[in-house]
Amino acid sequence: MKHLLRVGLFFLLALMGWQALYLAKFWSPVLVPSPVSVGRYLYEAAIEGTLGDATLVTMRRLLLGYGFGIVLGLPLGLLTARFRIAKDTLGLVALGLQTLPSVCWVPLALLWFGQSETAMFFVVVMGTLWSMIIATDNGVRNVPPIYARAARTMGSSGLQLWLRVMLPASLPYIVSGMKQGWAFAWRSLMAAEIYVTILSGFGLGNLLHYGRELNAMDQVIGIMFVIIVIGLVADKILFSPGEKYLHRRWGTAK
Amino acid sequence: MSLQTNPRNEAPAKLSVQGVSKRYRTGGREVHALDNVSLEIGEGEFICLVGPSGCGKSTLLNIIAGLEVVDDGRLLTAGVPITGPGRDRMVMFQDAALFPWLDVMDNVLFGLKLKPGLSNTERIEVAQFYLQLVGLENFTKSYIHELSGGMKQRVALARALAPNPRVLLMDEPFAALDALTREQLYGDLQQIWQQHRKTIVFVTHNVREAVCLGDRVALFSPNPGRIREQFKIRLPRPRDISSIELARYAIDITAALKGEPRTAEEYAI
Repeated sequence: MKHLLRVGLFFLLALMGWQALYLAKFWSPVLVPSPVSVGRYLYEAAIEGTLGDATLVTMRRLLLGYGFGIVLGLPLGLLTARFRIAKDTLGLVALGLQTLPSVCWVPLALLWFGQSETAMFFVVVMGTLWSMIIATDNGVRNVPPIYARAARTMGSSGLQLWLRVMLPASLPYIVSGMKQGWAFAWRSLMAAEIYVTILSGFGLGNLLHYGRELNAMDQVIGIMFVIIVIGLVADKILFSPGEKYLHRRWGTAK
Repeated sequence: MSLQTNPRNEAPAKLSVQGVSKRYRTGGREVHALDNVSLEIGEGEFICLVGPSGCGKSTLLNIIAGLEVVDDGRLLTAGVPITGPGRDRMVMFQDAALFPWLDVMDNVLFGLKLKPGLSNTERIEVAQFYLQLVGLENFTKSYIHELSGGMKQRVALARALAPNPRVLLMDEPFAALDALTREQLYGDLQQIWQQHRKTIVFVTHNVREAVCLGDRVALFSPNPGRIREQFKIRLPRPRDISSIELARYAIDITAALKGEPRTAEEYAI
């Protein structure tokens, strides 16, 4: 309780300091709005529905592309870990493309798919897929060989060995790959949304972009704030439970 | 299920190693791990393979387990050629090799789930029986990392016994444990072996351990890996590792290991 109070106090003081600097006219109010006006923007946008709609549009794009990237990347990663030929072909492609910031796919996606949801989906998948393949491959390669040997003496082989031993044994790597994939996907989607307008739905990146066009700094900062909160929440809801579970099971908790 | 109702114990199997040779390359160097090794192991016999590192004793164990293939020679369990891993031959490794993503119970169930002809209730009963046998019936839900080294090896023993193999292969299973835990496990293993009569092949480089556990000790020498000498251990069981009679055997076998003349010859085969 005391701890929470301290944490709350930190953020309250930060906000008060910001407001004080604003009132002291330290910066031009056009460039740095007051926390009060940012709060007012967020409140009004929430009431009006634009904020909720934009968040939904963004999250739908993100989850669709991310989910697809994970579901596709996992078996492909197992494939590159299992077969040398897959490693030297697909594995090499994955390694190369992973180094490409996924926002670089945006021009190509626009030419291929037009200003459509498909283009957004494509960019997010490109952000997720490669790091997922590499993490899975890496995870399997780091499984202590003794696990497979022990399993084989108990009659495990083939698909059963892969699903019941290799896959769970590489979970710690796979989860950190999923986390990295999430970060890449999230960044690439934001970049894509700021970069292009897609008429089928305005995401958070679009709102951010229009905030700049309208010189509405309260909107820009407000949306940035929302983006940060989504990132934090995703970490706490999506990854924290999984990581905690792994740390408990593997005994690697601090 | 109580400790007395032993779940249908399989009869121990005879093991026959006939002229087995194995070479492999490591770091650009060819190692002659086994050179024309022959060994007959009787039904329910407890044999210990002893020798310095690189003498091929672990290679032979892996070959019997079906994890490695021979270059030459053949192996039979109960008259049937060994072509790969099989449930009739279970292995215990130096590293317990338990799966951290499963709890103690599920680790013991892993091999049982692969064994056909059992209902799930039967599998759980069998797993409980063997966990009780190794004294871990109160740890079924524990995570692997919560166990001590000795407890891990007990789980590994339960896991190896649960599918009811006819041969138990043990590759220095107690080498990483502290002396006290080890001595306790010597006692437990002898007791379990006497009750359940498995054919056991036990690899170690600890001569005392070999004398304490084995009916017979096969001494290996390296480059190329061969059986140099065999010793019949005629001591009553259960044996105490710190007894004087046991120490006498150990001293003589150690002397043979170093290539020194022995003081007593009467039990050399």
